[in-house]
Amino acid sequence: MSDTIVPVTTKKDWTSDQEVRWCPGCGDYGILLAVQQLMPELGIAPENTVFISGIGCSSRFPYYMNTYGMHGIHGRAPAIATGLAVARPDLDVWVITGDGDGLSIGGNHLIHALRRNVNLTILLFNNRIYGLTKGQYSPTSEIGKVTKSTPFGSVDPPFNPLSVALGAEASFVARTHDLDRKHMMDIFRQAHAHRGSSFVEIFQNCNVFNDGAFDDVTSRQVREEMMIDLRDGQPIRFGAGGHKGVVMGTDGQLRIVEVADVGEDAILVHDAHRDDPGLAFALARLSHDDHSATTFGVFRDVDRPDYGMAVGRQLAETSSKKGPGDLATLLRSNGTWAVV
Amino acid sequence: MTDTVERSAGREPETITRVVVRFAGDSGDGMQLTGDRFTSVSAAFGNDLSTLPEYPAEIRAPAGTVNGVSSFQVQISDHDITTPGDAPSVLIAMNPAALKADLNRLEPHGLLIVNSDAFTERDLAKAGYASNPLADESLAGYRVVEVPMTSLTQKATEPLGVKPRDAERSKNFFALGLVSWLYSRPTEPTLEWISTRFKDDLVRVSNATAFTAGFNFGETTEQFEHRFVVLPAKLPPGEYTNISGNVALAWGLVAAGQLAKLPIFLGSYPITPASDILHELSKHKHFGVRTVQAEDEIAAVGMALGAAFAGHLGVTTTSGPGVALKSETTSLAVSLELPLLIIDVQRGGPSTGLPTKTEAADLNIAIYGRHGEAPLPVIAAYSPANCFDAAIEAARIALKYRTPVILLSDGYIANGSEPWLLPDVASLPDISVPFATEMNHTNDDGTTEFWPYLRDPETLARPWAIPGTPHLMHRVGGLEKEDGRGDINYTPENHQRMVDLRAAKIAGIAYDIPPAVAVGDVDDADVCILGWGSTWAAIDAAVQRTRRRGLKVAWVHLTHVNPLPPNLGEVLKKYPRVIVPELNLGQMCRIVRANYLIDAKAVTKVQGLPFTARELEDAIEGALQ
Ligand code: SF4
Repeated sequence: MSDTIVPVTTKKDWTSDQEVRWCPGCGDYGILLAVQQLMPELGIAPENTVFISGIGCSSRFPYYMNTYGMHGIHGRAPAIATGLAVARPDLDVWVITGDGDGLSIGGNHLIHALRRNVNLTILLFNNRIYGLTKGQYSPTSEIGKVTKSTPFGSVDPPFNPLSVALGAEASFVARTHDLDRKHMMDIFRQAHAHRGSSFVEIFQNCNVFNDGAFDDVTSRQVREEMMIDLRDGQPIRFGAGGHKGVVMGTDGQLRIVEVADVGEDAILVHDAHRDDPGLAFALARLSHDDHSATTFGVFRDVDRPDYGMAVGRQLAETSSKKGPGDLATLLRSNGTWAVV
Repeated sequence: MTDTVERSAGREPETITRVVVRFAGDSGDGMQLTGDRFTSVSAAFGNDLSTLPEYPAEIRAPAGTVNGVSSFQVQISDHDITTPGDAPSVLIAMNPAALKADLNRLEPHGLLIVNSDAFTERDLAKAGYASNPLADESLAGYRVVEVPMTSLTQKATEPLGVKPRDAERSKNFFALGLVSWLYSRPTEPTLEWISTRFKDDLVRVSNATAFTAGFNFGETTEQFEHRFVVLPAKLPPGEYTNISGNVALAWGLVAAGQLAKLPIFLGSYPITPASDILHELSKHKHFGVRTVQAEDEIAAVGMALGAAFAGHLGVTTTSGPGVALKSETTSLAVSLELPLLIIDVQRGGPSTGLPTKTEAADLNIAIYGRHGEAPLPVIAAYSPANCFDAAIEAARIALKYRTPVILLSDGYIANGSEPWLLPDVASLPDISVPFATEMNHTNDDGTTEFWPYLRDPETLARPWAIPGTPHLMHRVGGLEKEDGRGDINYTPENHQRMVDLRAAKIAGIAYDIPPAVAVGDVDDADVCILGWGSTWAAIDAAVQRTRRRGLKVAWVHLTHVNPLPPNLGEVLKKYPRVIVPELNLGQMCRIVRANYLIDAKAVTKVQGLPFTARELEDAIEGALQ
């Protein structure tokens, strides 16, 4: 646990001996590979790393990492991880959750972990379906979705996970997808480097119950024209040769335009470190469906006090003021009398 | 401290052995504070005592109504007592509503001191009186002393420049002064307390003046025939403090952390009557206590469990509704086999029930309230001071056996207080357990592995390897685990084995706790009382009284309610009759009937109040008929 020695590890050191049991072709495999491949680059030790999950297909993830891990209960991973991270700010704590786990049954814990800014790297696998329970609609399923529990189509309006995170005051918010390992690794690296809560939504394909949910945006053939990859400090452009861009109209609305029509200077420049989350919120909601150009990358990356550190600081300050606790003194603190 | 007694030597106080005083007024009248002060002074004077605060669930119930009445009952005595007394011998009623709410508690011919200023038409109407009870015959059975406390307080504080409206707020100190005179309490400690407690100059002098005015009123008025003194009790020698159950429990947790050499992590969500434990623990950060006020009950226990995985002593504090919400996580803790303390300060249920009143009806949910076969140890504290020891014992078992433990307290002992002979800190037990640091399994080829579910053969506890420990990385989870290795395993034989092992681990704790011991007429009792939790005080008083009258009574009191002491059945079977007093509908009684096939009879009460000694005397007599 020394600060001076950077642990040298390989992907193998991070891979457990457990057989991976997701359905063949599931997007989860790509995410697992990206994480396992990234870990050696982070200069951290497996013994100082903990993966905490809830329940759902994605929540099997900790079993496959050769770190400390806990497969928890449905929705509660952010709460369990909060206890862990506040107790031990020296640890690297990751939370693996899904759209049902994190946004439905565990929504309350997720927003409060983000509000507190607990030092957690939260990866939310969004496949817009309940996979483990075999195909019911989720809080990110689109209206009209026909599933086992909605034979006539869902009438529930969905959440945008990034809007939820930004609304909960998250200090780091990003989106990536399971088909681009390099992109995932880049986003995970930044999420890990951020002190406080990092929230990453990963578009993840469930090829059994919701196959192709993100194909219109993330498949190799359309990606160039449909993915708007935000780069900090760069004009927001996409499409072949960057011919399209994002501008803000005089009405405050963001719009996608042809760069040639408005001129390069009119294109919005992305600033993830902007204190006000308004623009990040608008960017996260630029697309209203799965068939139009969608934003990816880091939407927000700002400094806020890390909760576990703040709790620890109060302990240290009280100790330095009062000295270490003395039990005999405590028991006498409300006044005593002697019986002889 | 005898100053005040000597000053009023003109009227020699009559020595009495005990008195039960009840202060009753509107929620805004400061009755809890008044009762608390009277208690502290009596404690410092050397009396034994026991208190029963009662207050409404509403923060500000409509002023002057019966629903808004807040009371504080205290028994002070020159001998060892355990209960706050059945019926008060003196009732101080600050308004008609207080009289209406509490008059039926006062003993026949008891002393009734009323604030006559408050008996206006409006206040009488608010309390639901059609006619003024001070003017008709309805109080004929009591010795009534009418004192215009409000106007006397206003008159006394007027020279200080206190406005009449503000002076009204000091009238509880007038009442305290008067009762202090009546029972010959020293005045200095209260005056000193007032001088440090109130920051506002005018409020401070107003309260001090009202207190002194009340005391002097007693001395000059002819309305009281007698003045009394309750001499110090002959308690075992040593250093004492007056302690409530919630504070004792919080201190017990601090002590448990010290004795286990572990930092404490409390995850808690505010709930009556447990919140004071969160408040108290939040003050003691220099003992390495981390407290997080969680977003809900579920998160509170989740955080504590996460901290336990990290190597802290994880604790969550709550009441019945919270125990229900924490049930799923508690089951996970059973499956993970990690130490965890769940503290349930019981209150009247079901649902929101009687949040500020006591009950002990969570025994079933504590022992059984989880899904699957999920046994865990349950401990019940029996008195305010005992909460300290109970917290340490709960932590000892949780750590040694790597199991969640539920510790039951209740509203009565949580808010009640008693003198506590301070323990010698050096004599408290070492409850520390080692973390795993080494591989614990050798394969046939000589390579070594860490098996997170390889058990200690004696305790059946699994190793506790915390993150940060090199080489021992492992995954735990709610899915069934392979015996030993801890990998996910769904095979029939393995599940049977793991369920059996978890049950055997908890059952085995029975041999690591004190055996059941009967007291009283151990050899020839006609009836044995089996008690658990806070019924202790009333049982103690009832057993003493009935035995003094020649009845043959034995008594067994349990603090470990799951698993039960292994000899309990054998002990109970010695007696022809067994009765089980409980503040529920007979939950423990059913357990002992089922476990030992004995014809135990439940004595039950669910009124939001503890048993009185009288009720249990009647129950003992009833059992013998
Ligand atoms: S059900 Fe869907 S999400 Fe779950 S493992 Fe199979 S493909 Fe993946």
